[in-house]
Amino acid sequence: MAKKGEKIKEKLIEYFLFALSLASLVFLAGIVVTLFRESLPAFRDIGFFRMIAGRDWYPTYDPPDFGILPLIAGSFLVTLISILISVPLGLAGAVYISELAGKKEKAFLKPALELLSSIPSVVYGFWGMVFLAPFLQKHLELSTGYCALAAGIVLGIMSTPIIASLSEDALNYVPRAFKEASYALGANRWETVTRVIIPSAASGIITSVILGTGRAIGETMVVLMISGGSAILPQSFLEPVRPMTSAIAAEMGEAAFGTPHYHSLFAIALILFGITFVLNLAAEMIAKKFRLKLGASR
Amino acid sequence: MIKLDAKNRTNSADMGYTEIKDPLNKVGNFLPEKTKIKAGNLNFYYGKTHTLKDINLNIYEKKVTAIIGPSGCGKSTFIRLLNRMNDFVADSRAEGEILIDENNIFGKTADPVEIRKRVGMVFQKPNPFPKSIFDNIAYGLEINGAKDRFYIEEKVVNSLKKSALFEEIRHRLRDNALGLSGGQQQRLCIARCIAIEPEIILFDEPCASLDPISTAKIEELILELKKDYTIVIVTHNMQQALRVSDYTAFFLMGELIEYNTTKKIFENPSDRRTEDYITGRFG
Ligand SMILES: Nc1ncnc2c1ncn2[C@@H]1O[C@H](COP(=O)(O)OP(=O)(O)OP(=O)(O)O)[C@@H](O)[C@H]1O
Ligand SMILES: [Mg+2]
Repeated sequence: MAKKGEKIKEKLIEYFLFALSLASLVFLAGIVVTLFRESLPAFRDIGFFRMIAGRDWYPTYDPPDFGILPLIAGSFLVTLISILISVPLGLAGAVYISELAGKKEKAFLKPALELLSSIPSVVYGFWGMVFLAPFLQKHLELSTGYCALAAGIVLGIMSTPIIASLSEDALNYVPRAFKEASYALGANRWETVTRVIIPSAASGIITSVILGTGRAIGETMVVLMISGGSAILPQSFLEPVRPMTSAIAAEMGEAAFGTPHYHSLFAIALILFGITFVLNLAAEMIAKKFRLKLGASR
Repeated sequence: MIKLDAKNRTNSADMGYTEIKDPLNKVGNFLPEKTKIKAGNLNFYYGKTHTLKDINLNIYEKKVTAIIGPSGCGKSTFIRLLNRMNDFVADSRAEGEILIDENNIFGKTADPVEIRKRVGMVFQKPNPFPKSIFDNIAYGLEINGAKDRFYIEEKVVNSLKKSALFEEIRHRLRDNALGLSGGQQQRLCIARCIAIEPEIILFDEPCASLDPISTAKIEELILELKKDYTIVIVTHNMQQALRVSDYTAFFLMGELIEYNTTKKIFENPSDRRTEDYITGRFG
């Protein structure tokens, strides 16, 4: 009898978990449907290309302009700066932790990374506001320190632990047999790391970079706080910018329901969603290839 | 050189091995052997576990020496000391000495990277890099200083020929090595190893994961390689030890129980435990 009770319990748990995973799918579908439905009027009334390629974003003027190119450029610039910082730092950190650090250092550094990546972005943003932006303003003699560079640096620092942590996992995943084979041929540590271990973990590393990039593109709080907020096509990385996320966050409150402004903010969200979706898909595909490739030798 | 030989001969005699004068060993056409590797009072510890106990063993140049013994007796530990692969085992310690050509590889001036260039190793599980067949071999050449493309290409082809793999894969040199069969992968690992022309090759159960045909090919190869290299092979296969080796060392629980010519070990072992093991009564 007890056995039967067990079985029913197991079944119940199974159904419960299934319902949960179904629910998350339903939510996702709901979000996508809403995004499409709410952004469609914008694309229809303004025109997809006029939006995408439009150089002026004056949604509250009369007549308004809904060109989101400055916002896309802002996102792009900030993300680019962030990648330039986070990729080298993150990779160097990953290689150090996985291949060079001693046992004790490793036991300290790995959790530290995870802790770093769990710090709320508003904290990073705050640091950028009170320290980095004034610092840049003073030393680069800018009219304002709130610029693409400041936001990019903070985003870069923020996504470094993610890239480092995920890349470190990928490096760790490289079978020991490859390392042994390399050392047995008389390779030194540097040769082994750069020519065997990193190439073997390449797909995992690329995945981590993509995910880190996705984080930077989607990040809202930091750019809202320190990117400067100017929706003008930037001429250099020292100018204030308004990335897509911060435009949505800053303007959604004031855009009246159902207005073209309202719909165009949804359109921006949809584009953002598309970008992160593609990035995640790419990461997933690369990760899959990676598993297959190493699977053969394990 | 002759002087050195004489010295080593007395050394091995000191250690109580008389195998060289063994009447069963090719009576009449006896050639004095030259010691290539000499382990002296070798002890090894994994943490506090005493894994190798006072090993004294001479390995002769251009001979095949088989290491046999039950699982866990320390065979792998022993041969991984010969190319200092155990350096990577945290919390482990070696005592005593291993001389290669009279030089202690644990000496202060000994460089493990240089040692590994002279002492190649083929592992139990084939472990080609996830690179092309060509690059698997080229990598070893490049880290050993080769730069010229033609030289590298020639070396790659030659070592593949030597390891009896070339004909099978001549059109697939740019394919990923992980696509090869297990036996082919192992021959690629051998090619990779001989491409850099070590003096000694260590084989740790090279056929453990292979089918009989691949095994036969690799055994043939070992006999061929013997002409140029000093070979140490760990094996669980008594027939294999008998087929390929000139000398056999029997290990048991971290001790070297008996070391002699393969012929002597298999036909007339002096220790009961050796006899029990090779006749399959235990282990
Ligand atoms: N890295 C390690 N750390 C701790 N102990 C180890 C380690 N490697 C091996 N040992 C132990 O040392 C002993 C000898 O191991 P070794 O691998 O040398 O045996 P072996 O003779 O090669 O066995 P097999 O025939 O199964 O390969 C075993 O008891 C093993 O458990
Ligand atoms: Mg072993």
